[in-house]
Amino acid sequence: MTSDSPRPPPRRRFFGAWGRRELQGLFWQVLVVGIALGVIAFLWSNTVTNLSARRITTGFAFLGREAGMPIADSLLAYNPRDTYLWAFVVGVANTLRVAVIGIALATILGTLIGISRLSANWLLSRVAAVYVETLRDIPLLLQLLFWYVLMQSLPAARAAFRPVEGVFLSNRGLILPAIPVGPPQLWVLGTAVLGLAVFYLIRRWLIAQQMRDGKPRPAWPFAVGLILALPALVSVLLGVSWTIEWPELRGFNFVGGLTLAPEYFALLIALVTYTSAFIAEIVRSGIQSVPRGQWDAANALGLRRSFMLRQIILPQALRVIVPPMTSQYLNLTKNSSLAVAIGYQDVVSIANTTLNQTGQAIEAIALIMAVFLTISLGISFFMNWYNSRIALVER
Amino acid sequence: MTAITDIPDAPRAARRPQMGNPVLRWLRTNLFSSIPNGILSVVLLAILAKGIFSFVQWGIANAVWLTPANDSSACRAARGLGACWAIIPEKYRFILFGTYPFDEQWRPALSVLLFIALFYLSSRRVLWRRELVYLWIGALALISLLMWGGVLGLSFVSQDRWGGLPVTLILATFGLAFGFPLGILVALGRRSKLPAIRSLSVLYVELIRGVPLVSLLFMASVMFPLFMPSGFNIDKLLRAQVAIILFAGAYLAEVIRGGLQAVPRGQYEAADALGLSYWRKHRLIVLPQAIRHVIPPLVNTFIAFFKDTSLVLIIGIFDLLTTAKTAIIDPAWQQFSVEVYIFVAAIYFVFCFAMSRYSRSLEATSGR
Repeated sequence: MTSDSPRPPPRRRFFGAWGRRELQGLFWQVLVVGIALGVIAFLWSNTVTNLSARRITTGFAFLGREAGMPIADSLLAYNPRDTYLWAFVVGVANTLRVAVIGIALATILGTLIGISRLSANWLLSRVAAVYVETLRDIPLLLQLLFWYVLMQSLPAARAAFRPVEGVFLSNRGLILPAIPVGPPQLWVLGTAVLGLAVFYLIRRWLIAQQMRDGKPRPAWPFAVGLILALPALVSVLLGVSWTIEWPELRGFNFVGGLTLAPEYFALLIALVTYTSAFIAEIVRSGIQSVPRGQWDAANALGLRRSFMLRQIILPQALRVIVPPMTSQYLNLTKNSSLAVAIGYQDVVSIANTTLNQTGQAIEAIALIMAVFLTISLGISFFMNWYNSRIALVER
Repeated sequence: MTAITDIPDAPRAARRPQMGNPVLRWLRTNLFSSIPNGILSVVLLAILAKGIFSFVQWGIANAVWLTPANDSSACRAARGLGACWAIIPEKYRFILFGTYPFDEQWRPALSVLLFIALFYLSSRRVLWRRELVYLWIGALALISLLMWGGVLGLSFVSQDRWGGLPVTLILATFGLAFGFPLGILVALGRRSKLPAIRSLSVLYVELIRGVPLVSLLFMASVMFPLFMPSGFNIDKLLRAQVAIILFAGAYLAEVIRGGLQAVPRGQYEAADALGLSYWRKHRLIVLPQAIRHVIPPLVNTFIAFFKDTSLVLIIGIFDLLTTAKTAIIDPAWQQFSVEVYIFVAAIYFVFCFAMSRYSRSLEATSGR
């Protein structure tokens, strides 16, 4: 190797250092993006032509105009002279009202049924299995229409069912006794929430202390003090009244109390029962995923059953439960858009009316998408945070 | 050694349940194992007995099964006491086939049978090979031919007259058949190393999965005409079908991506070592394994589509649920919607239950 004759220079590639693979990659990307852009441009130019032919101006200026649509059942104050923007906000509030309460109820019911399916009692586990199988295999929309028809065939207000004193079930919906909540009551509730937050921090600190020296420190006195006693004190000091308002039948309708309109009630029942069937299966498989050895070990340590469930079984089951539960919550929220079929005015229904009234199709659909993407992202963000908190910490 | 084996098993034998009547023994272990359990069983039994009794009374004992054509007086008389099943023989042709020409309704009926045969054949493990694709293409072509007609002496039936069960099956099955290749492409795109293709795929999947199907259907029914050059108009059913295919593509892509991730790295590397191109690698090595992995979730996704096609009711397409809802608009029968809904629910249930049973048996036997 003494020869100092120079090695032949590397063959120059046409595209510098790029190999065939990179070139191919570039080619495919340019092709696919080009096609996508071409399709979008084609659709866009058609849309612009069509819209100008129909004399519809694009843009969100219509949101400031008077909506003129009636909204029967709303959480926020609304009248038809309000703007489209406000109608939209009312719709979002209606969607959230059914989604949040639906998620809470479906979680409770689904967990109960999932546990029932694992019960040693043959009858209970069979009943739970039949519930799950039946509800899962029938379309939600059909169930929704079914509940709505049942709701409409209930007796009129005068002959309403009264399962419990003060509760009326009639074709006007479900009427419950309620406590009117105004600013003074909100102050007390706010104190309770604040107390809960402080309690949470204190509990974390107590657990950290226990981790250091191994001495258990009870947290419940703080819970009682911060979440119950403090708000009670505020309530007494401010002289807040907590009288229950009982609904009464006057003429053809009810006065007072809390009314769940038939549309809302039917939608809530349908969403909760349908989703609970899926949640039950998730909870069941989550509990079954905890190895038997964990139960045996907890039993061998002589732990109390409640402690065992809370500290040994549940934390392990939750790891399996939480990710699919997130997608069920998202499904429930998206399914709440079926409200449009029975005339509950959620955001999709209001967007649809807006679209029919103004012709602003693209804007209305864009708003629906924006709302649902925001809700979906919000739920997945929260659940991912929760999931990372409970995830297995490995060494 | 002997000392241990010689210890009699007496205490255990004593605790063993008495060898009495097997029925009583079963009852004791399964229903009355403890006092709270016993109370629970009794309460549940009482509720069940009452529920079943009132259902039998309403649905069987007091029910009206048949009435003279188009006469609902017997049902009206029994209203509140018994079910009016007579509405089913009265309306079943409309519920099942919609406004399809009455004399030609053997064609949608045959299509439904073809669909069932197609599902049955696809469920046989022996037939899970390339030829299944040709079977699907052939069956779907045959069904289209039967439904549309216009050749071989069959009269032409435009798709705005289609309705009922065949439409539900068509929307779900064509959604799967066309969504599947789309899903494969998007799943590959999402795993691709090329940033532009990957982000396009992610955008598509997340956008579609993030919004409710209802809004996609609205989009198909309202915005589609805006997107197209003026004068170009495609029919409502086809627009909904396109929306369902796009929807199915996004969900199937996620299912298939799961299967792609389950294929061991070694398989990819071996294919690369053989010098196979990207497409041949996936077609010959990776996808056959990936798809086998995801057959159970694929069936579950199909069940979900099958149920979700009922949402086309909202944009006024005559699927099974819409025909049912339309059948009870008839003033004479208006009050008997519960019976019709139960009938339609039973049809949906039979299909979905069979499929979910099948998917579970697959999961159980796929222990490999």
